[in-house]
Amino acid sequence: MIYRTAGQFKTTYASDQAIFPIVQDRVVVTLALVAAFVVPPALASEYWLQAVLIPLLVYALAAIGLNLLTGYAGQLSLGTGGFMAVGAYSAFKLSTAFPHLDIVAVFLLAGLVAAGVGLLFGIPSLRIKGFYLAVATLAAQFFLIWLFNKVAWFVNYAPSGTITAPDREVLGVLVTGPNATSGARYVMALAFVAIFGLVAKNLVRGRLGRAWMAIRDRDIAAEIIGIRPLRTKLLAFGISSFYCGVAGAELVFLYLGSAETLAFDVNQSFLVLFMVIIGGLGSILGSFLGAAFIVLVPIFLTNAPHWLGLNMSVALQKHIELMIFGGLIIFFLIVEPHGLARLWQITKEKLRLWPFPH
Amino acid sequence: MSATDGTGPLLEVEGVSVRFGALLALSRVSLAVGHGEILAIIGPNGAGKTTLLNVISGFYHPYEGRIRFAGRDRTHLKPYDVAGLGIARTFQNVALFKGMTVLDNIMTGRIIKARGNLLLEALYWGPAMSQELRHRAFVERIIDFLEIEAIRKTPAGRLPYGLQKRVELGRALAAEPELLLLDEPMAGMNVEEKEDMCRFILDVNDEFDTTIVLVEHDMSVVMDISDRVVVLDYGRKITEGPPSEVRTDQTVIDAYLGVPHAS
Amino acid sequence: MDVLYGLVTPFRDIAGSPAFFVEVLIGGVAAGLMYSLVALGFVLIFKASGVFNFAQGVMVLFAALTLVGLMERGVPVVLALGLTVLVMILLAFAIERVVLRPLVNQEHIILFMATIGLTFFLEGFGEMLWGSNVKRLDVGIPDESFMVAGVLVNRLELTAALTAAILVAVLAVFFHGTRIGRALRAVADDHEAALSIGIPLKTIWVIVWSVAGGVAIVAGIMWGAKSGVQFSLSLIALKSLPVLILGGFTSVPGAIAGGLIIGVGEKIGEVYWGPLVGGAIENWFAYGLALVFLLFRPQGLFGEKIIERV
Repeated sequence: MIYRTAGQFKTTYASDQAIFPIVQDRVVVTLALVAAFVVPPALASEYWLQAVLIPLLVYALAAIGLNLLTGYAGQLSLGTGGFMAVGAYSAFKLSTAFPHLDIVAVFLLAGLVAAGVGLLFGIPSLRIKGFYLAVATLAAQFFLIWLFNKVAWFVNYAPSGTITAPDREVLGVLVTGPNATSGARYVMALAFVAIFGLVAKNLVRGRLGRAWMAIRDRDIAAEIIGIRPLRTKLLAFGISSFYCGVAGAELVFLYLGSAETLAFDVNQSFLVLFMVIIGGLGSILGSFLGAAFIVLVPIFLTNAPHWLGLNMSVALQKHIELMIFGGLIIFFLIVEPHGLARLWQITKEKLRLWPFPH
Repeated sequence: MSATDGTGPLLEVEGVSVRFGALLALSRVSLAVGHGEILAIIGPNGAGKTTLLNVISGFYHPYEGRIRFAGRDRTHLKPYDVAGLGIARTFQNVALFKGMTVLDNIMTGRIIKARGNLLLEALYWGPAMSQELRHRAFVERIIDFLEIEAIRKTPAGRLPYGLQKRVELGRALAAEPELLLLDEPMAGMNVEEKEDMCRFILDVNDEFDTTIVLVEHDMSVVMDISDRVVVLDYGRKITEGPPSEVRTDQTVIDAYLGVPHAS
Repeated sequence: MDVLYGLVTPFRDIAGSPAFFVEVLIGGVAAGLMYSLVALGFVLIFKASGVFNFAQGVMVLFAALTLVGLMERGVPVVLALGLTVLVMILLAFAIERVVLRPLVNQEHIILFMATIGLTFFLEGFGEMLWGSNVKRLDVGIPDESFMVAGVLVNRLELTAALTAAILVAVLAVFFHGTRIGRALRAVADDHEAALSIGIPLKTIWVIVWSVAGGVAIVAGIMWGAKSGVQFSLSLIALKSLPVLILGGFTSVPGAIAGGLIIGVGEKIGEVYWGPLVGGAIENWFAYGLALVFLLFRPQGLFGEKIIERV
């Protein structure tokens, strides 16, 4: 009886256009967000913060980015890892070259650099689509990684070839670097993903989101009602890469602490794509669910044998993980292209009518 | 809008030819469409009717001839610029955005009326929000007009064919076009749906003073609603005139019966 | 000035030692034919089903793993080969039933993503069955070189090149000379037209995926003999994507030509110009070239022109 819409009438278009038109949703989401800022840093163990929650938030941001491009605008990209690398290396260069630059500004600027690179590699999308475009984005992936490997300037001529997050503060609290607590890094990641998640939601429910989906669903019809394909697609590439770039910076600065180009290889691109497909193409909520799923499965596979008293080799776990990811991709594409997000929506609809079946 | 208060025709097609490789799809076709007119283009299959619409909407460009809209030459514009001039169209096989709701489809039709400000849109704040609500209110009027209130939030891909055609008309109307191009708006419809569609077309013409060019196979429909008829055959215009004259024109009857050309 | 000098000097090196250049060239041709072998599998499936099979590379790995795994367990070579063929045919059946049939009317991009899923699944499955350590595959051809007219030629590479050439010839005959081959080409053009010939779509798909599986076995043996059977085999698939862009997705000769251009190009680029930019040009040369093609000639050298209809 709690989840009811009875008595809630939408009397204005404004209330019908709201992100959460139902009162209960608004209350729950607000409470959940507040709780997310307060509870884990206070209660969660170091392991949960470091191994689960922080990567989840970082990958969720990357998944939102790719979802804007692939799920909404319909342009398949396999270059996510490369664009994340651009963000990470830009953040490293910026924070070391300008030590007094605020770290939030560093992240945002790194995102802008990634957006610029994304725009550049998005240009072929005017002439090619589908897997032709996917191959073009793979070109971006390989070229960018090669570049960061080869040009020592990007790593400040460190012989190890790694980039390391320096100590930086926000409001007097260390949020990056080896001395920052996992709680602080978590809050930082959460703040970014909460704000940019909301921004993404605003974009996709408005003019730009509709233009993207129109290009995705029927590009010729979109053009004939006045949507400029190049501008619209490039905006998708740019904004998507901005998200991926910030996520890449976070990956190094908030999660790993230090990284080489290996952290951004083509498998990273696939992983983020899987988050988007499993979570739901064209769903912001799905990006979170997909990221959670992909982060949690390996952890579950590591721990499940212990709970069952089985002994599973690390290699076997890795193989099973690959099979589960691959199998689920096919499953979701066939059964529910809208992914976990759609399953969630169905559950909610059922809940609204509960205990009646219809 | 200001350009239309001249006395000349709204759309002029002058000696337009289109070639696909060796195939001459249109050969020196000329026609003029006056303000507020309903013009039907008919002809046997492969006569070049859809090609003509594609040229007008900027999808193909003619290798000779000119197209003028509201007195201005616009032969070589891109489709998205043509839309900006106030020309909207529907497609022969329905080209809706299947993954989007009916509401979003029609809202997308208003895109040329929307001003972009990425920052405000990202925050869904101030002018961005009020613009969104203004468009929503306009779109709701179209939804009322087409009597599709009940399916507002249904994904377009799940609708039956007849309704999809209606939604597509709604999307075209959302742009408040001066000229509406309809490519076989009645194809695949049952009698009842056809009657509804006829009524909508006439109402649009009447209420919004929209000029309409339509390609249609159903002769009774063409005779009923059009002010003037242009007949194409093998990419050439063979005649034009009021429906009553065209119906009895010998060249038209020959074209439809397939009388050899060389005669 | 230094850069300019660096760009130009390799030409002097080439002129100075033509025999070495020929060796590099032959190495490039051999590598290129290997890419072509994998690309062939792509083209076959794409021609017949319009599916862009990202899993072709992992099928190469899977075939090689199966063959080596069986041989390691003491199965005689011929029998192991026969069993591997059988496994690849079973795999084709399974893929048709589980992946293709449910997605038959979906957009190409969805099918493409499904084959990415297939890639991960097969990699995990193959390595779970046969282990993920590097295995040696001994096909009885020594990996040694001999001199012909002052040029060093590798016996294994020569064999691989000849095999690839024979395979291409066989496939050309198959596609143009047999009834089934013609039916396969018909399917690519129009599914319904193919049905009217009287061959069920699913049979055609099973056949073409089986043939692609067969090509994967050959490619797997050749690559495996050269560099061992290991995960990195599936990475050569990523190299054959640019090959396809160059050659055109629908062209068998294109796959060969594309493979040769990329094989030779990256070898020469690496050996002569690599030092200038710090090496590892091989990692992206193919993709850079593909990008240029995508921008200026998206249908590739031999592909059919992509025409859009309203």
